[in-house]
Amino acid sequence: MLTDLLGFPPQVLFGQLLLGLINGAFYAVLSLGLAVIFGLLNIVNFAHGALYMLGAFAAWALAHFLGLNYWVALFVAPVLVGGFGMLIERFLLRRLAGVDHLYGLLLTFGLALVIEGVFIKLFGASGQPYPTPAALQGGVNLGFMFLPWYRGWVVVASLIACGVTWYLFEMTKIGAYLRAGTENPKLLQAFGVNVPLLTTLAYGYGVGLAAFAGVLAAPITQVSPLMGSNLIIVVFAVVVIGGMGSIMGAVVTGLAMGLIEGLTKVFWPEASATVIFFVMAIVLVLRPAGLFGRTA
Amino acid sequence: MKTLKMLALGASSLAMASAASAEISDGVVKIGLLTDMSGTYSDLAGPGAVAAAEMAIEDMGGTVAGVPVELLTADHQNKADIAANKAREWGENEQVDAFAELVTTSVALAVYEIAKQQNKVTLVSGAASSPLTNDACIPSGIHYTYNTRALANGTGAAVVAEGGDTWYFLTADYAFGQSLEADVTKVVEAAGGQVLGSIRHPFPASDFSSFVLQAQASGAKVIGLANAGADTTNAIKAANEFGLVAAGQSLAALLMFITDVHALGLETAQGIQLTTGFYWDMDDETRAWSEKFMERTGNMPSMVQAGVYSSVTHYLKGIEATGSDDTDTVMAWMRETPIDDFFAKGGRIRSDGRMVHDMYLARVKSPSESEGPWDYYDIVRTIPGEEAYGTLEESTCPTK
Repeated sequence: MLTDLLGFPPQVLFGQLLLGLINGAFYAVLSLGLAVIFGLLNIVNFAHGALYMLGAFAAWALAHFLGLNYWVALFVAPVLVGGFGMLIERFLLRRLAGVDHLYGLLLTFGLALVIEGVFIKLFGASGQPYPTPAALQGGVNLGFMFLPWYRGWVVVASLIACGVTWYLFEMTKIGAYLRAGTENPKLLQAFGVNVPLLTTLAYGYGVGLAAFAGVLAAPITQVSPLMGSNLIIVVFAVVVIGGMGSIMGAVVTGLAMGLIEGLTKVFWPEASATVIFFVMAIVLVLRPAGLFGRTA
Repeated sequence: MKTLKMLALGASSLAMASAASAEISDGVVKIGLLTDMSGTYSDLAGPGAVAAAEMAIEDMGGTVAGVPVELLTADHQNKADIAANKAREWGENEQVDAFAELVTTSVALAVYEIAKQQNKVTLVSGAASSPLTNDACIPSGIHYTYNTRALANGTGAAVVAEGGDTWYFLTADYAFGQSLEADVTKVVEAAGGQVLGSIRHPFPASDFSSFVLQAQASGAKVIGLANAGADTTNAIKAANEFGLVAAGQSLAALLMFITDVHALGLETAQGIQLTTGFYWDMDDETRAWSEKFMERTGNMPSMVQAGVYSSVTHYLKGIEATGSDDTDTVMAWMRETPIDDFFAKGGRIRSDGRMVHDMYLARVKSPSESEGPWDYYDIVRTIPGEEAYGTLEESTCPTK
């Protein structure tokens, strides 16, 4: 057995693979949002981590101030944060259309710092606790590990979000418009389609996905202003590996990177924070457009 | 040109100094406080530590030995290079007399190097590692609030005494985590216990499920968390989620601050044993000071923040008493004079820089035991200073 050769019992390995998949599901949803935004707006959305954090905080605030439960938050928080995203697009990002990518990057990075700064000032860096929903407490013994119900739910919910996004962009008329808008916005406008509105909606959708991931994360980690900045760099690496703007690439790479990171946590835990960047470097050398990216 | 300007500046400040006081250089006492203002340790140190230093200065009337006291602050972002550059700049251009706070061991070690070159008083409150008063000690350094050895002798010893004789560590992969793991390992092995293994996790780490699962597979009775801040709270959450505690293993949070307990909530944190150098609800003095702090910041003080107040006050009193801000003079006074305030009773600064004071073993209350906000700890035991920190003979500081 390979596992015996490596000196780890199979149970440990299976457990770590499953955990990797769970983390990969987070990466998938987050990088999916980034891919949508980059694909349609050509913006490298550095505010994505902060918006993910806003999603978690929205869930916390809905519970804390309005007594609304997790299941409500799962729908309401992405809508609220997505709406906030649309305002950002309408009033800030739109002004940068047509200028160098760098400006969009700087603006979103600045926004992320401002949002995080405000939340640290308001709530402190240690954050707030958010309970696991009652229906998903406890777990099941799989023989090789104890799987909390909630972690299982995270994978299911993430895959649903990815599936819905894929369907929306590849199978619906709106999706066709959006893809056409990326290719040739002027021509699409000439056909009478409101392209600026489409762009706003697309940004809002990408941000909504980030917020959705934030709500999913809230019961697992402390709802803290720093939760996004700890994660976002890894997610960017995932997007680069998958190919900027590729929806399928984002999802597959997200899951794969989760697995690779999970295995690294067993064999060389100290390197688990860097392994994804190592992969990124190799991919950039061999396939500069990413694994699933189109070469320009 | 630059040199000329510097010379002119130096000359004018010398002139000012002689006008204000013969003994205080440049007519002002400057304290440079370096802390984590926005990162993972900003709740336990950060803006609260700045507030504590401001309170100390205000309570001295804003002046000492007839000259004003000025506080400079900067965010070191838990990065040693940023801290070292700032400290060097403050020392050379601002004539800072003392450095304060310095959470994060790597930061404290970097600033120690600068402070040694420039011979500046260094009042470490937030950093934890015991090497600061052992191999890495400097003549002008004081390690004030706590250290990893005291945490080991507090929580580590208590857990072993209760039968937790096999350990597995989740260790933050930098100087502090390694130092804490090493100190606790010594205590566990000396008491006849056994360390089955450890994982060095990246700092900061966002997901602990994998590490928790490996700890579970080790079969150790006790999972020692040799980390701090958000890493500790997230590890505890993951351990609860994955049924570690329910399956009979116990968690030892080797460094936990009251701000961590506050963030976790009593529901999750109840029953955890921890070692602390200060708790706000001990007697009238601690309550009085802490409530003033609460009014100002909206939070109860962590031991680090209380330590900042106490250490800055002791330093300023030293200048007041000796009429000098000369490092060696003030250091000598600070070592000779015991510390008796709300923070420490009969605290003494040893020649290796260790401030020896009583530590407390606490247990986190359950939600039903807690009578109100911030009513979090039962003090289980007072650990006498010498027991917590060891003797001076045991210190490996070369200049002790």
